[in-house]
Amino acid sequence: MSVQQDKALQREKIAKRAEREIESGFYVNLGIGMPTMVANHIQEDKKMVLQSENGLLGIGRSPHEGEVDPDLINAGKETVTASISASYCSSAESFAMIRGEHLDLAILGGMEVAENGDLANWMIPGKVIKGMGGAMDIVHGAKKIVIIMNHVSKHGTPKILKECTLPLTGRGVVDRIVTDRAVIDVTDKGLVLTEVAEGFTVEEIKESTGAPLIISESLLEKSY
Amino acid sequence: MKKIYTQFDDAVNQIEDYSTIMVGGFGLVGIPENLILAIAGSGAKHLTVISNNCGVDDWGLGLLLENKQIDKMIGSYVGENKEFERQVLQGELEVELTPQGSLAERIRAGGAGIPAFYTPAGVGTPIAEGKEVREFDGQEYLLQEALTADVSLVRAAKGDSFGNLIYNKTARNFNPEIAAAGKVTIAEVEELVEEGEMDGDQIHTPGIYVQSLIEGKQEKRIERLTIRQKA
Repeated sequence: MSVQQDKALQREKIAKRAEREIESGFYVNLGIGMPTMVANHIQEDKKMVLQSENGLLGIGRSPHEGEVDPDLINAGKETVTASISASYCSSAESFAMIRGEHLDLAILGGMEVAENGDLANWMIPGKVIKGMGGAMDIVHGAKKIVIIMNHVSKHGTPKILKECTLPLTGRGVVDRIVTDRAVIDVTDKGLVLTEVAEGFTVEEIKESTGAPLIISESLLEKSY
Repeated sequence: MKKIYTQFDDAVNQIEDYSTIMVGGFGLVGIPENLILAIAGSGAKHLTVISNNCGVDDWGLGLLLENKQIDKMIGSYVGENKEFERQVLQGELEVELTPQGSLAERIRAGGAGIPAFYTPAGVGTPIAEGKEVREFDGQEYLLQEALTADVSLVRAAKGDSFGNLIYNKTARNFNPEIAAAGKVTIAEVEELVEEGEMDGDQIHTPGIYVQSLIEGKQEKRIERLTIRQKA
């Protein structure tokens, strides 16, 4: 298997596991990139509404060729359709609904997460800064913030750390981390390992995590 | 009742050097395409531009960058643009990055007569540097100041001669707040309709915020065409 195929599979695996965070009845914001892929895995029996911060509450599937409306995009600027429940609003109202904690869940990408829930996902010093978009607002808005990312960097170093080394997107904002290897909760006592993915051992998770892990009493192994 | 322009060049004539302008749109969706083209042709320089993004290299606000008409850009995400990057690295362009929700609210506050507000977004991050932080109920919040503009440029699907506007789908985005935050607001509309044709219950931007209108055909360039293949 090529490295690229491997990476794509890894992303699918994370997206599939992240889908389990969504409950029927939820209003959910999915970040740009890998989080957007979560939408492809939502089980049919779940009734939920996807929010897009550019002013769409009720993102539908991607359009067929003849269905494309250039005035209808998601926050990743991709053409989309609107779901049957959809409503539109302005950017200010969209962020009022985010900041006002009306969303149940946001699933976002991450570069680094610290054991206290700090998140860094918007800039790398020395590289050109493109901007934070809506991330800094969203991390303070949704009732639950789930970060999905690879467990380690492309150099094999941990991305879950005692303290973030990159500039923060938000302080103490993360509730749960879902990686290709494990699910880890951020709690007052520290990071709690709750699930281990197939192909990994608890020991391997500990070794590849840059902060101490408390092993949950109800730990699930080979969970996904 | 409102000034109706027929030439885009005339509409943007009031934009002088060193003006602050706000421009509606999210990515390339909902941007006033022809007004931007007209500014690119007008030669107005040293502009401060407030807009969520800064277009792409050959379209939207990217055209003003190409002509070096922008001194300062206030936005939330400017990553679609190579010329932008070059000008920032060369120190030719000043950038103020604001979280998207804070940007929208700063503009809303500007139009609503609120000088500043506290928000949780950005606390403990680089954008908090130099800003007042205040605690409410044990949580820290950042003071963000309102934004207004000399001239606001918006794009709507429909407008009438009273300045009432209706937007289409996600082309609404920043446009309603930007319409309210400009000392002068010019609306580029896809369709200028007869008086009384718009249902007052459906109007998104009441005409009081709009000083002039112009009808314009939109190209509506798509940044990321994403298609679902038929099964």
